[in-house]
Amino acid sequence: MRPVLLIDFGSTYTKLTAVDLDGEALLGTAAAYTTVQTDISDGLREGLARLEERTGKLDYLQTFACSSAAGGLRMIASGLVPELTSEAAKLASLGAGAKIVGLYSFELTEDDLEDIQTAKPDIFLLVGGTDGGNQECILHNARMLASLPPAFPIVVAGNRVAARECQRILAGHEVHVCPNVMPKFGVLQIEPTQSKIREIFLNRIVQAKGLSQVTDLLSGILMPTPSAVLQAMELLAKGCEGELGIGDLVAVDVGGATTDVYSMADGMPEQMNTVYKGLPEPFSKRTVEGDIGMRYSIRGIVEAAGLPRVSQLSGLSQDRVEALVDMLRANTDRLPDGDGELENLDYALASLAVETAVARHAGTMEETYTLMGQTFVQSGKNLTNVRQIVVTGGSLIHAERVAEIARHALYSTAQPASLRPKEADIWVDRTYILAAMGLLAAHEPQTALRIMKKELEKHGYQK
Amino acid sequence: MEIGKKKVLVIGVIGADVHAVGNKILYHAFTEAGFDVVNLGVMVSQEEYIAAAIESNADAIVVSSLYGQGELDCRGMREKCDEAGLKGIPLLVGGNIVIGKQTFEDVEKRFKEMGFDRAFPPNTPPETTIEALRELLGMDGEGA
Repeated sequence: MRPVLLIDFGSTYTKLTAVDLDGEALLGTAAAYTTVQTDISDGLREGLARLEERTGKLDYLQTFACSSAAGGLRMIASGLVPELTSEAAKLASLGAGAKIVGLYSFELTEDDLEDIQTAKPDIFLLVGGTDGGNQECILHNARMLASLPPAFPIVVAGNRVAARECQRILAGHEVHVCPNVMPKFGVLQIEPTQSKIREIFLNRIVQAKGLSQVTDLLSGILMPTPSAVLQAMELLAKGCEGELGIGDLVAVDVGGATTDVYSMADGMPEQMNTVYKGLPEPFSKRTVEGDIGMRYSIRGIVEAAGLPRVSQLSGLSQDRVEALVDMLRANTDRLPDGDGELENLDYALASLAVETAVARHAGTMEETYTLMGQTFVQSGKNLTNVRQIVVTGGSLIHAERVAEIARHALYSTAQPASLRPKEADIWVDRTYILAAMGLLAAHEPQTALRIMKKELEKHGYQK
Repeated sequence: MEIGKKKVLVIGVIGADVHAVGNKILYHAFTEAGFDVVNLGVMVSQEEYIAAAIESNADAIVVSSLYGQGELDCRGMREKCDEAGLKGIPLLVGGNIVIGKQTFEDVEKRFKEMGFDRAFPPNTPPETTIEALRELLGMDGEGA
């Protein structure tokens, strides 16, 4: 047996997963409260003891970890035009596993600077202008940031002509220069910036997040949790040498405060009569809906979907829904625990969280008539031909009607313009191992992929 | 401005117009003539031209319209450019920009009133537009 330990320091729970590389199998999982305020290793020790009860004493060959503790990787980004370089900066940050706490376009103002100082980001991403294009904006923003006392690393990934000048202006700050996130109009180049963000997270932020106490235990790689999930999903979709992937997929992680959606697909137009508008999106794309979550952001679901739909799906009266939503908002750790009313409400909320978040993630298709006849205008990714949907998140993996909840990620005639999968197999992450498998993927992709295929529970084809 | 830096053009076909061939020809002709061309393709809105021109610090915007609705599509574009900080950026338009029985002099006059620097009638060879661009951008005698 060759056991490996994978740790996910979450904002609430520290989750541990033990796998055996020889048997390519899950040995056990356990969780304990994250103790980032005191000493993060307390919670880890507690979790390890629980894991040992299940697996027996194990001599781990290697230990890898990811973290979203202490607020996760919090980033602010600024670009020039909202739909262009600001959007590119957003895609780059989210894809690196960050949480965006501020996104600016055009010139930063003094008010913006105050907000930035208050928000205390872990990293600032400064972009703007295509290569050889606009320099004024990024230079202005560099000067504005330079007036702040150095408090966070700044990644400069804008117009290459202005990069050195930005570096000079920001002397005294920790500055990292990366290739432009949008070197030419409509061309995205976000990978170099993303690996720089992960590197900074590893070298610097780990300490600030109280994780340094445990780094001795680890064999390497420590990444933001969403970044680990992204890698797991990429592996599951594409496969690796010796093991086939399951193909293009959409994954939804419904949490208490946010809902993350991942898509692994090109999603470009399939028909000749379709015109693509907006920035082309990356094959592996992540979005985060900060207003959609089962407890802290429960109001956001009701606001996005509307009270009548929550009432209709849950079978509860609108007044009752209102009352229960208020109760859950105040008692964020309350689970249904056999309470029929709450189970029905959670079913409706989870379904609508999936529906809203996937609809925002997926692209749209608009039908127009021109003098040349019918034409379609697509913006964002076309996911209609994606045939696999993966669901995870506490509220989903323990739910009874999880396949029905996941079905809400599918195309619906009520929103015909939304390019969601027409039909798909549903995979449920019952053992909550996606982040752990993303960590393992870097070293043992074949094993990670085989364990995922074994552990993810398949829930048949849904239309 | 750096010496020898190429002039940047933003081009595209405006409105609900899907005529793609002329757009490709212009792209190649302008590139060949030494311009750095940002091609937005077909069905381009005024906002898209402007956003692309801001990011790429464009020197001029060249609008094509081939389906006769150009006048409607181009209305207000100069004002939007002013609003977006692209004050004075040369705007050029060409193609089959209007339909109906009217002299091109009248059409040109109306487009100039709308703030376009140049308007070109149907069947204008790319060379004419390139010449006009060189004049507008003060590139006389330059190799580009």
